[in-house]
Amino acid sequence: MNEGRKEIIQFVFVLIGFVFLVKLFFIQIVEDSYKNLADVNAIRKEVQYPIRGIIKDRNGKLIVYNNPEFDLMIILREVKNLDSARFCQVFEIDQQQLRALFKSFQTEIRNRKANELQPYPFIRQLSNYDLARIQDRIDEFRGFFIQVRTTRAYASTAAANAIGYVSEISKRQLDNQKEHIYRQGDYTGQSGIEAYYEEYLRGTRGVKYLMRNKDGVIKGAYEDGKYDTLSVPGQDLTSTIDLTLQEYGEFLLKGKAGSIIAIEPATGEILSMVSGPSYDPNLLTGKNYSENYVLISNDSLKPLFNRPLMAQYRPGSIFKVAQAMVALQEGVITPETRIRCDRSIINCHGAHTNEDLRGAITNSCNPYFREVLRRMLQKGKANNPFDDTRIGLEEWDKHIMSFGFGKRLGIDLPNEKRGLVPSPAYYDRAYTGRPWKFSNIYSLAIGEGENLVVPLQMANFAATIANKGYYITPHLVKSIGNSGVPLPQYIARHYTTIDSANFRVAADAMQQVVESGTAQYRAKLKDIVVCGKTGTVQNEPKADHSVFIAYAPAVNPKIAISVYVEFSGQGGRAAASIASLMIEKYLLGGTQRPNIEDYVLKGKFE
Amino acid sequence: MIYGVMVFWGWLNIYSATYDEHQSIFDFSINSGRQLMFIVTSIFLILAILIIDMRFYEAFAYIIFGLIMFLLLLVPFIGKEVGGNRSWLGVGSFGVQPSEFAKFATALAVAKFMGTIGFRMDNIRNQAAAFAFIGGPIILILMQKDYGTAMVFLVFLLVFYREGMSPFLLLVGLGVAVIFILTLLVENNWYLFGAIGVAWALVIFMNRRKKIKRLAVITIGAAVLVVTIMSVEFIFAKLLEPHHQRRVMVLLNPDLDQLGAGYHVYQSKVAIGSGGVIGKGFLKGTQTKLKFVPEQYTDFIFCTIGEEYGWLGSLIMVGLFMSLLFRVVFLAERQKNRFARVYGYSVACIFFFHFATNIAMTIGLFPVIGIPLPFFSYGGSSLWAFTALLFILLKLDAHRMHVLQRL
Repeated sequence: MNEGRKEIIQFVFVLIGFVFLVKLFFIQIVEDSYKNLADVNAIRKEVQYPIRGIIKDRNGKLIVYNNPEFDLMIILREVKNLDSARFCQVFEIDQQQLRALFKSFQTEIRNRKANELQPYPFIRQLSNYDLARIQDRIDEFRGFFIQVRTTRAYASTAAANAIGYVSEISKRQLDNQKEHIYRQGDYTGQSGIEAYYEEYLRGTRGVKYLMRNKDGVIKGAYEDGKYDTLSVPGQDLTSTIDLTLQEYGEFLLKGKAGSIIAIEPATGEILSMVSGPSYDPNLLTGKNYSENYVLISNDSLKPLFNRPLMAQYRPGSIFKVAQAMVALQEGVITPETRIRCDRSIINCHGAHTNEDLRGAITNSCNPYFREVLRRMLQKGKANNPFDDTRIGLEEWDKHIMSFGFGKRLGIDLPNEKRGLVPSPAYYDRAYTGRPWKFSNIYSLAIGEGENLVVPLQMANFAATIANKGYYITPHLVKSIGNSGVPLPQYIARHYTTIDSANFRVAADAMQQVVESGTAQYRAKLKDIVVCGKTGTVQNEPKADHSVFIAYAPAVNPKIAISVYVEFSGQGGRAAASIASLMIEKYLLGGTQRPNIEDYVLKGKFE
Repeated sequence: MIYGVMVFWGWLNIYSATYDEHQSIFDFSINSGRQLMFIVTSIFLILAILIIDMRFYEAFAYIIFGLIMFLLLLVPFIGKEVGGNRSWLGVGSFGVQPSEFAKFATALAVAKFMGTIGFRMDNIRNQAAAFAFIGGPIILILMQKDYGTAMVFLVFLLVFYREGMSPFLLLVGLGVAVIFILTLLVENNWYLFGAIGVAWALVIFMNRRKKIKRLAVITIGAAVLVVTIMSVEFIFAKLLEPHHQRRVMVLLNPDLDQLGAGYHVYQSKVAIGSGGVIGKGFLKGTQTKLKFVPEQYTDFIFCTIGEEYGWLGSLIMVGLFMSLLFRVVFLAERQKNRFARVYGYSVACIFFFHFATNIAMTIGLFPVIGIPLPFFSYGGSSLWAFTALLFILLKLDAHRMHVLQRL
């Protein structure tokens, strides 16, 4: 009677064995997730952050370098039996702060910005003091570890706007990146050189796969480091900036709004680029970035506004130099052409009556240049004055734009503004179809009216005159790495449409301006022949802007400069003083005229 | 043969499971070294078993049983506490677990008793006595709070079944287990009560022309079910230890608590699941090597096989056990006397129970209870006990012809 039971028992054995194999088949072969879970368990991916390239000045002086920075990272999944009282004690926070930290982390998880398995910066940028104490105790807290990365440090607070700053990548930047390079929590250059040369500076992230046991203790490299990649440090940059000159410029511009740009004419290298007011770049690194950023960006003086590239001003009288060269080129005047100073249409200043071209520039004679522009715009090439002006303006625009006005020069910084050289189309729009002719637009003659330039273009113009006919795109980075090899895009000469003979006339006149004209009192130097031109930009009802462009020495110029000081009266005062002091600093190492320096520092330009 | 392969493979696995840096597999400070020692002593044990006259086992069955029972009785008083269970008796630096040896002692005693001339399974008194043989060790081992090992003795029911016990008891047991699990799974007991009510009404309706007595039986049956369900809460909450409760709940709902009570099973499944088809290779298992699976060299040794040898390894291992079980059943069936046959079935069923429960718990089909995998798990007591269990059978088998002659 019991004979069938042997088979039943055997059947039960086989059934169970079969059930196991089926179940095992599912978890081992069909289901993939266990493999990943196993990797999550046993393999810790450690990101090796590359060291960001440092930035040095043209003489090898350090401007920006790196500071090690420590973040407390959390992997929520691994946090176990957290002794919150002890945690608070070690990290010097109170229970409430700890709860707030966890709460914000939970929010990030809910918003899918973080997850339980990936390391997330729980407390950012622990100070060095914290670290020493924490390092011994970090093992007490499962699921936490310290990650080292570097933040920017500034050897000098100068050139903050030119250098730019680095901060954590924004959500928008993350979403917009074309290649998948950045991840949440990465740092990226946000402005200035830091942003423009980001791809050189950032380096390449490395990855290390480590095996760890259940307690999180690292047991060595996974597969002997087969999948590891080394981090490649970012490349260093050699800037064209002369840090000493830059710092002096900032010193002179302290308490004033405006800009100073100095260029080496032969190379287009920017020796200094001062934007006033500026900010302390150290405020935008480290723990208090967000608070400080809000403070700085809400400052009514706009310290983050990089005036040399972004502030569009009317050029004022410095434009007369361009005017003169275009007129010579067009043949409507000669250097000897004399025009009566007729102050009935347009006012003038100083005691002069009937100057030639050099004299007109030296005295900045307004009626002279009004007449010059009239001759250029009304050549009688068309039957009516409207079409005639249109043809003349097109020719004039072509020449003016060849100096680099009205277009981006292509400096190696973001956010460069174009300025404006008004075209016939521009006036058509402005007059909404009504006719316009020379008499409507003659303010262009003296650099007022619709013209807009940025200070960089003025400095570039000074450099173009210094070079007698061409410019090299102004730039802030001399070479990448320490090679000293200039970047290829900053070698080409951009020739203007003006013959160099005509430049020589302008240069002579500019020498006269400093020698005996509007800039004779504050820009003339004993040992250096300075060529310059003042500008006083009307700014009704507020005070005028003070403008000066210059280069020196007259023969074989080493520095070309533009200075624009807002609301500071005549060009011959604030701007000419600052420009000449900068020239002295660069060429002589310091000023021989302490009274002029005091005058600038006092800041009352009357 | 199968024994040899299993023990050797088990040894390699223990080495792999405890492997850390460059230690020799023979290093006595780690478990694989000690397991080797256990294996060597097992060989002496085998020789001893084979040398001893076969009649010894039958003759001394009760004495061995009594001795082990005595030891079990002692354990709660003089035992060492290991992992919360007091089931060890210290002998020098190595401990032994009398509960492991209780298995073959009971098998011998049950076999001897059932081999007695005139024993009939359908005799209520005989049946009760047989139950007493397994009830004794169960109660004693329960006193050590070692529920897993105690459960092993339930497998003798299968032996009894083979020897003529009505399957009714097994079915009732199975039924109660199903209801127990259902009750825990279904939040609201009223659903179950409702289902029973509907089933009862249906059965009554189908049997409406039958006698009153039949209807009464059905009604009583339904009432028993209801009482069982109501008692589940009580049993679960009062009789089981909290950690056992959690293990059962985790089984029913695997994602409940992956870092707490569910950690064992979760990590074990991850380790086995990451093995894939052919596994990661000897000593290459990240999960086991890095100790994510607790108890991986004893109760969770199968994780090592699953991870390092993949599904094929699992297949081979299941195959090995199947052949072992079939071989044992075959040996049991060819025995000429009842003692040897009952003993053979006891061996098969004990192995089966260990194998089934152990693998089931590592892959999350059964609550986690401390049941070693025969010949694979690390441990001297269990290796010796299983070895003894198996080789006594072989010894009996070798002399089955003598039995005939004697009769």
